[in-house]
Amino acid sequence: MKNIAEGKFVYTGELEPHKSTDLSDVIEWARTLKATGKVVAANVTDNPQSVGAISSLVASYIIQRETGLETIYQLRCSDRNRLALVSDLLGAAALGLRNVLALTGDHPKKGDTPEAMPVFDLDGTQLVELIHKMVYEGKDLSGNKIHGPRPQFNIGAAANPNFKPLEVEVLKLERKAEVGADFFQTQVIFDVNIALEFLDAVNHIKAAFLIGIFPPRSYKQAEYFAKYVPGVQVPEEFLKTFEKISELPDKNERRRKIDEYNIEYFTDFIKKVKKKPACKGIHIMAVGYPEVVGPIIENVEKG
Amino acid sequence: MIITKEKPLEEILGFLAPYTNVLVLGCDGCTQPPRGLKQAKIYAMLIEMAAELKQKVIKCKAATMAMQCDNYLCLTTLTSQLNGIDAILSIACGVGVQTLAEVFPHIPVYPGQNTVFVGSQERENGKLYERCKACGDCLLGETGGICPVTLCAKGLMNGPCGGCVNGKCEVPFEIRDEKGKVIKTVERDCAWYLIYERLKKLGRLDLFRKYRPPRNRAVSGSPRLLEVV
Repeated sequence: MKNIAEGKFVYTGELEPHKSTDLSDVIEWARTLKATGKVVAANVTDNPQSVGAISSLVASYIIQRETGLETIYQLRCSDRNRLALVSDLLGAAALGLRNVLALTGDHPKKGDTPEAMPVFDLDGTQLVELIHKMVYEGKDLSGNKIHGPRPQFNIGAAANPNFKPLEVEVLKLERKAEVGADFFQTQVIFDVNIALEFLDAVNHIKAAFLIGIFPPRSYKQAEYFAKYVPGVQVPEEFLKTFEKISELPDKNERRRKIDEYNIEYFTDFIKKVKKKPACKGIHIMAVGYPEVVGPIIENVEKG
Repeated sequence: MIITKEKPLEEILGFLAPYTNVLVLGCDGCTQPPRGLKQAKIYAMLIEMAAELKQKVIKCKAATMAMQCDNYLCLTTLTSQLNGIDAILSIACGVGVQTLAEVFPHIPVYPGQNTVFVGSQERENGKLYERCKACGDCLLGETGGICPVTLCAKGLMNGPCGGCVNGKCEVPFEIRDEKGKVIKTVERDCAWYLIYERLKKLGRLDLFRKYRPPRNRAVSGSPRLLEVV
C-alpha cells in the first residue's frame, strides 16, 4: 500500500501452500517472485476452493521470514467464527504480517471436506469491517478493547469483474469500500474488454484496484478456466493459440511457445488496463509458474 | 409447516424390537406431508408385517391427535389410550416426540420421522422447500420478502458472492436417499440475485446497497425459551 500511495504501479503474486507441513516448493516460488525485484507482495491462499491446506497464517509468516517477500495473508470466513478470526488476526499482527485479504470463502461443499459445517459467522464485507475496527479503533466487533499497540494491516478484499450484471458487483464493492477496504484484487480476467469496462465502472470507488490475471501453463489449464471456472470468459483466440501450441510434438518447444505467448498476450493486456486511473496494479496468479512473472513485468516496463 | 421425512423401516424396527404393544401416533398439526390417522394406520400395518417376516410379534394400535407439541392435549387425549402400551412410535415432528417423552416419562417414545425443516409446499409437483430457519431476527422486510438466512447456502448478509453465476448458486439442492447419500442435484437460484432483482423492481436498490453489519447470533442460540404472559 505504501508503494501505491507513492503512486507506483504494483505487482502482486500468488502462492498456494498444500495440505502438507512442507513449504519448500512454495518458498522456492516466493524466491522467484522476489528475484523479479518488481513483485511487492504475494498472496498466501487460505484453503482455496475449500480444499484443506496448511494454515495460511503460518505459511504467510514462514514465507515472509524465509524469503523477505512481503505476504498478503488470505483469511476466509468459511471456517472460523468472529472469535477465531480476531485471534488469528492478532497472531498475524504479532508475527509482523501487514496485509490481509478478507474473503467470504468458498462453500465447504465445493472442496475436499464437504461434510464440514460451513461457518460464515461473518461474510467478507463484515470481515473487512472487523479488521478496520481492530486497526483504527483498537476494538473487536463487540467493542472489546485490544490491549497494547493496535494491529496494522492494509485491508484487502476480492472483486469479481466477471459478475453479470456488473451493477450488482459495483454496489457490493461500494459497500466493501465503505466499511474500510483499502485495496481490491480481482478474480481472474482473460478478456481485456471486461477489465476495461470494470475499471470504468469502479472509478468512483476510493480504493486501489489490482486486476487479476492467470497466465496458464498449458492448454489444459486455459481450457479448464474456459470450461469449469464459473463466470470466467476466455477469448476464443487465446484458447485457439494455446490449442495450436499444445499440438507441437516437442515438449521444450511447446513450453517456449507458451511462455512467449503468455508474455506477449499479458504484456499487451497490462499496457491497456494500466491506462485506467482506477487500476493501481496487477495481481498475477501464476500458481506454480513464477518464472513467467518477471518477463511479463519487464516487457510492460520496456514500454 | 414442519416438513418431515420417513425414517427407514429397518431403523424403526430396530427401535421397536424389544416391545410387543406399540402405539403408532399421528399428528393433525402442521406436519407435512400429512402424518395423521391414515399414515399411522399404514405404519402400523407395515410394522406388523415386517415383524412377522422376522418371526416376531408386534401389535400396533394406530391413533392420532390434534397437536403433539401441546403437552396439555397429550395428557388429556392420550392418558386413557396408554393401558397396556409398551412403547409409542410418534410420526410427528421432533417436537411431538419430545413432548410425549416429557409428558409420559414411564413410556419409551421413538421417532418415526426425521424432521428436516420449516418450509412451504408446491402441491402440483409434490415439492417441499425450506423457507425459514426460525432465526428469531427476521429481516424479510429489508430483503424483498426473500430470506438469505435460509436460501443463501452461506447465509450471507452482504451477498451475492462469487459463487453466483447467471443468477444460479454454485451449491445446488441435494436430493438424498434414506442413508443420506446424494442421489441427485437440482439447480437453484441465488438468493441474493433474487433479492437484487426484486428490490430493483420495487425501486429499492438502496436496501440492496446498504451494508448489513454482523448478526447477533446470540438471538438464535439454542435452546430458547419464550415467555408468553
